[in-house]
Amino acid sequence: MKFAVIVFPGSNCDHDMYHAVKEILGEEVDLVWYQNSNLENYDGILLPGGFSYGDYLRSGAVAATSDVMNQVKVHATKGKPVLGVCNGFQILTEAGLLPGALMRNKKLSFMCHQEELLVENNETMFTSGYGKGEIVRFPIAHGEGNYYCDPETLSSLKANNQILFTYQNNPNGSVENIAGIINKEGNVLGMMPHPERAVEALLGSNDGLKLFQSIVKNWRESYYVTNA
Amino acid sequence: MRKVTVFITLKQGVLDPQGKQIQESLNALGYKEIQEARVGKYIELQVEDGPNLEARVREMCDKLLANPVIEDYHVDMGEAVHS
Repeated sequence: MKFAVIVFPGSNCDHDMYHAVKEILGEEVDLVWYQNSNLENYDGILLPGGFSYGDYLRSGAVAATSDVMNQVKVHATKGKPVLGVCNGFQILTEAGLLPGALMRNKKLSFMCHQEELLVENNETMFTSGYGKGEIVRFPIAHGEGNYYCDPETLSSLKANNQILFTYQNNPNGSVENIAGIINKEGNVLGMMPHPERAVEALLGSNDGLKLFQSIVKNWRESYYVTNA
Repeated sequence: MRKVTVFITLKQGVLDPQGKQIQESLNALGYKEIQEARVGKYIELQVEDGPNLEARVREMCDKLLANPVIEDYHVDMGEAVHS
């Protein structure tokens, strides 16, 4: 399986994502500068964390208008996996690929520590390697991770089982403790916590590895079914 | 040319932690009459006059300047300045 890590000016978790996929997961991966983008030959798109365009205007707002995001939309409509972490999640909401918005943390401060998350839905291409209700530990590192959506959107997220991860101890004021959601089609995941920084015991947790392994396993199964 | 001003505010019902902090700080300074503070953005645009300008500015707000999920905006088209 071949991944692209999209690099915007101001991305700073791109190498963490690259390292997780290349060295730990052992799959093919390229760092793809947002301007030299041809995503046709990639199977999975990874939008890393950071501060694209200095978070000017709103986090992710400027990156969301870039041409590469149009290609990400095309990729997503083909049902291929897209994972946005932290700033990547902010970009996905700003681009309209996921509902809601990420606002300033309730206590206004930037937070950087490990959080316990509950796996709410394990019947997706991203979470099939986890047990339902499993508790995992991923680091968070954000100032604007306070997930907001209106009550109608929230009901729809619940009705379609789109909430994948919730915080055990809500650090930022997110509605319903939401830490990560998928689109209705189930192939675009956005989350504030960093699974790519939790792939080796040395990093304090390797709970994130199963997320990447799930993507690869499900992609292989669907690929072989489609091409059998 | 004209100077167009865009005011962006958080929707009613959307929590504004920054505004809340400002309210509390003003209260702490003795301004007990402050019941609420809401923080928004003010953007000045120098624009060449042209047809459908207001509609175009609104389109810019919808596409980039404001996030309709959490924000409202209003536009002041200003006055044309002839140079």
